[in-house]
Amino acid sequence: MNWTLALPEILLAVSGLVILLACVIPKQDTSYGGNMAVIGALLCAAVLVMMQDEGTAFSGQYIADPFGRFMKLLCLAGAAATLLLAIDFNEREKLARFEFPVLALFATTGMMVMISANDLMSVYIGLELLSLPLYVIAAFNRDNGRSAEAGLKYFVLGALASGLLLYGTSLVYGFAGSTNFDKLAEAFAPGQSVSAGVVVGLVFVIAGLAFKASAVPFHMWTPDVYEGAPTPVTAFFAAAPKVAAIALIVRVLTGPFADLSDQWQQVLLLISAASMLLGSFAAIGQRNIKRLMAYSSIGHVGYALMGLAVDTDVGVRGVLVYMAIYLVMNIGTFAVLVSMRRQGKSVELIDDLAGLGKTHPGTAMWMAIFMFSMAGVPPLAGFFGKLYVFLAAMQAGYLWLALIGVGTSVIGGYYYLRIIKVMYFDSTEQPLDAATPGVGLVMAGSGLFNVLFILWPAPLIGAAQLAVAALVG
Amino acid sequence: MNPGFPLLSLLTFLPLVGAAIILSVRGEEKVVAQNARWTALWTSIIVFLLSLALWFGFDKSSADFQFTEEVDWLPDFGIGYHMGVDGISVLFVLLSTALTPLCILASWESIGTRVREYMISFLVLETMMVGMFCALDLVLFYVFFEGVLIPMFLIIGIWGGPRRVYAAMKFFLYTLAGSVLMLLAILWLWYNAGTTDIPELFAYDVPRAVQGWLFFAFLASFAVKVPMWPVHTWLPDAHVEAPTAGSVILAGVLLKMGAYGFLRFSVPLLPFASAEYAPLIFTLSVVAVIYTSLVALAQQDMKKLIAYSSVAHMGIVTLGIFTFTPQGLSGAIFTMLAHGVVSGALFLCVGVVYDRVHSREIARYGGVAKVMPGYALLFMLFTMASIGLPGTANFVGEFLVIIAAWKVNPWVAAGGASGMILGACYMLYLYRRVVFGKLEKPDLKVLADLSPREYVVFAPLVVLTIWMGIYPSSFLSFFEASVAALLARHEAALNIAKLAGM
Repeated sequence: MNWTLALPEILLAVSGLVILLACVIPKQDTSYGGNMAVIGALLCAAVLVMMQDEGTAFSGQYIADPFGRFMKLLCLAGAAATLLLAIDFNEREKLARFEFPVLALFATTGMMVMISANDLMSVYIGLELLSLPLYVIAAFNRDNGRSAEAGLKYFVLGALASGLLLYGTSLVYGFAGSTNFDKLAEAFAPGQSVSAGVVVGLVFVIAGLAFKASAVPFHMWTPDVYEGAPTPVTAFFAAAPKVAAIALIVRVLTGPFADLSDQWQQVLLLISAASMLLGSFAAIGQRNIKRLMAYSSIGHVGYALMGLAVDTDVGVRGVLVYMAIYLVMNIGTFAVLVSMRRQGKSVELIDDLAGLGKTHPGTAMWMAIFMFSMAGVPPLAGFFGKLYVFLAAMQAGYLWLALIGVGTSVIGGYYYLRIIKVMYFDSTEQPLDAATPGVGLVMAGSGLFNVLFILWPAPLIGAAQLAVAALVG
Repeated sequence: MNPGFPLLSLLTFLPLVGAAIILSVRGEEKVVAQNARWTALWTSIIVFLLSLALWFGFDKSSADFQFTEEVDWLPDFGIGYHMGVDGISVLFVLLSTALTPLCILASWESIGTRVREYMISFLVLETMMVGMFCALDLVLFYVFFEGVLIPMFLIIGIWGGPRRVYAAMKFFLYTLAGSVLMLLAILWLWYNAGTTDIPELFAYDVPRAVQGWLFFAFLASFAVKVPMWPVHTWLPDAHVEAPTAGSVILAGVLLKMGAYGFLRFSVPLLPFASAEYAPLIFTLSVVAVIYTSLVALAQQDMKKLIAYSSVAHMGIVTLGIFTFTPQGLSGAIFTMLAHGVVSGALFLCVGVVYDRVHSREIARYGGVAKVMPGYALLFMLFTMASIGLPGTANFVGEFLVIIAAWKVNPWVAAGGASGMILGACYMLYLYRRVVFGKLEKPDLKVLADLSPREYVVFAPLVVLTIWMGIYPSSFLSFFEASVAALLARHEAALNIAKLAGM
C-alpha cells in the first residue's frame, strides 16, 4: 500500500492532534503558539504537496496529481493567510483560543482529502471533515447571538446538503455498482447504457457540492453565515473551502461523470448564470460589508463555474486561474475588513469606511485595488480571471452566458465602485484605527499580486494548464 | 535613434516611475504636495521631450507601423506585448504627452487637497492614454482602454464639483457597459483568427455574416466613448463636475479614443459592416451636430456648453470617418487633433475664471474684458478656433470633412455644415455674455489678469492652434500615407466581394 502519497494529509492530521494536546496542558493562554504552529504545519504540508509523487493510494480512494497539487497549494495558502489575519483580531475581540487554529487545521485537512478524492466515499469523508470544524468556528464567538445563529444555520443547512450528497452517492452506487471514480468512468463510457437513476443521483451530488460552493440556488446560508461569523472566520470561509469545493466539483464532473456531460452541463449552465445574476443584483442594496462580500462571492462562483459549464479544456483552465485570482483578491479584501475597527471596536458597515482615503491612504489604496480587481477592470488581475472564462464561453459558443457574464460584471461594478466612493469621496468625523503590521503585510502582498499579475501571467497560467492536462488527459 | 530602442514603452511607463516616486515621498503635507507637483511636472515634461523623437523620427512616407516592439507575453494564447505607431496614432501620442504637463501646470494652485494622489492619478492616466494609442494587440489595447477609467473615475470623484459622485459613477458605468460588449467582440476575433495581433488581424477576413454583430459590439463601446448621440449624456455631467485639468484631458484625449477605435478596428477589420452601416453613423452624427448645438445654445453653465459643443465636433469626426474618402478621414483625424487642442484650451479658459470667482454660471459674469484684457484675447482666439474660423485649427479639419461628405451625400454635408453655423451662434453668445457687456458685479471688478504661469499654459496651445490653421500640412503629412493605405485596403475588400458576387 502506497500510503506515503498521502503524507501531506497525514502530517496535517497528526500535527493537529499534537497541537491540540500541547495546547491543552499549559495553564496559560496558548493561542498564539497554537496559531503559529498551525501556520507552520500548513507550510510544511505545502512543501510536501510540492514534492508529492503522482499516483493513487488506499485502493484507489486517493489520488495525487498536478490538479490536486495546484488546488491544494491554493487552499493551504488561503488557510495560512486567513489564520494570520485572525491572530490579532481574535486577541482584541477576546476570542483568542487555541481551538480556533486547530479547527481550521482540521478543516484544511478535510479540503485536502476532498481535492484528492478518487472515490465518492472519500469525497464524503473529506467534505464532513471540512464541514464539522466549520460549523464550530462559525459559532466561535459563542456569546454573540448572531454568531451562534450563523453556526446553527450553517449546521442545519449543511446537514441537509450532506444528506443530499449521500443520497445521490447511494443512487449512483446502486445503479452503477461502484463508488470508485475510475470504475464509474468506465461504466459511463460512450456506448454503455446509463440508467436514469444515475442521472438523478448525479443531480443530487451536484446539489450537495453546489451547497458547499454556495452557488445559486443553494446559496441561502451564505449571507447570514458570512455576516454572523467573526470576520476572520468569514475570511476563512470565503477563501480556502470555496476553492476546495470548486476543485471537487471540477474533479467529480470532469472525472467519473465526464461522459455524462450532456446531463450535467444543463445544470451547471443554469447554476452559473443564476449565481452571476443573483450575486450582482442582491449585493446592490447591502449595507453590511460582510454581507456584500457574501453576495460578491456567490457571483464569483458563478463566473468560475462558467468555465466548467462550457465543458472545454480551456474552460477548466479558466476555472483554475479564476479561483487562484479570486483567492488572492478575497484574502486582501478581508485583510482590510479585519482591520476595520474604531477605537478598538470592530465595525462592519460600508459607511464605516467613509473617509478612509484621507485617514489611511495606504489601506484605502489597497482596498480600491481589490475592488477594481473584483469588478474586473484591467489592468488588474481580476480582469484576467474573467477574460479566460469569457474566452472559454465564447469559444464553446455560449454567447448568451458570456453576455450574462459581462452584463453582471457591469452591475457588479456598481457596488464595488460604491465602496471606493465611500472611501474616497465621502468624509468622516470618526476615523478608523490603523491596520496592524501583520494585516498590512497580507494586504500589500495580495495587492501587489493584483497589480503585477499582468506582467508575469505565464507561471500561473502554465501551472493551471498542467493541472488541467492531468485532469482531462 | 536605433531601431531596438523601446521608445514607446519608455513613453508609456515612464509616468508610472514618476508616480512611484511620488508615492514614496513621506513627510509634512505641504512638502509632500510641493514635491508631488514638481515630480509630476518634470516627469511629464521629460515624457513630452522624449515623445518629440516620434515627431522627428517618424517616416511620413510609410504607412507601416513604426517604432515597433514585440515581446512574448502569453505565447500559449497568441497574445504578445506589441507596441507601435502609424500615421493615425502617432500624433495622438504626441497630443497626450503634450497635454499632460499643461494639465499638471493648470492644476498647480487649483488643486489644494490630496495633491499627491491627484498627481499620481494624472501620471497613471498618462500611461494608460499613451499605451492605448501605441498598443498593437487587441487585449493590450483593451487593457489600456479600460484602465483609463480608474484614474479618471478618481479624478472626477475626488476633486470634482458638488455632483461629482453621480458624475463619476455615470462616467464609469456607462463606459464599462459599452466596453464589455467590445470585449466579447475581441474574444470572438481572438479565437477565430487565432491571434490578437492587430497587424496580423488586418489580413484576416472576418466572415460577412458576423461583421454586423462585431460592428455593433465595437460601436457600443466607441459610441459611448466618442460620445455619439444618444449615448452622450454622461459627457456633460462628467465635464461639469470634473476639475479643470480633468475636463481638458477628457475633451482633449479621452474622447478621441472612441474615434480612434473606429479608425483602428471598425473600418479596417469590418469593411462590409462599416460600409453597410455608414448611413446609420451619418444619421447619428448629423443628429449629434444639430441637436447638441441647439442644446448648447440653451446652457447656463460654461463647461456644459463647451461639453455639448464637443459632442457636436465629435459628430463631425464620425461623419468624416465613415465617408471613406481621403479628405474625410484626414479631416476627421485633423478635427480630432484640433479639437483636442482647442476644446482643451477652452476648458482651461473656463478654469481661469472659475479659479477666481468659483462659479461656472454664465450669468455670473460680464465685462470681464475690462479687467482681464489678456484673458479676453486668448479666449477670443479659442472661441474663433472652435467656430472654425479660417486660419485656425478647426477650420481645416471641418472643411475637409464637409467636402468629403458632399461627395457622398449633399444633405449629410448640409447637416454637418449647419453645425459650424450653430457653433458660431453658441460660442459667440457665450463669449459676449462672459467677456463683454457692462462690468457691474463688484467682485469681478477686482479680478487679476492671467498670471505668468497661466500664460505659460496657454502659450503652446496658442501656437498649435495657429500653426495647425495656417500650415496644416505639417500635421496632415503624418497621416496621409496611412489613410491612403487604410482606404486602399477597405476598397480592395469591398471589390473582392463584388467580383465574387458576379
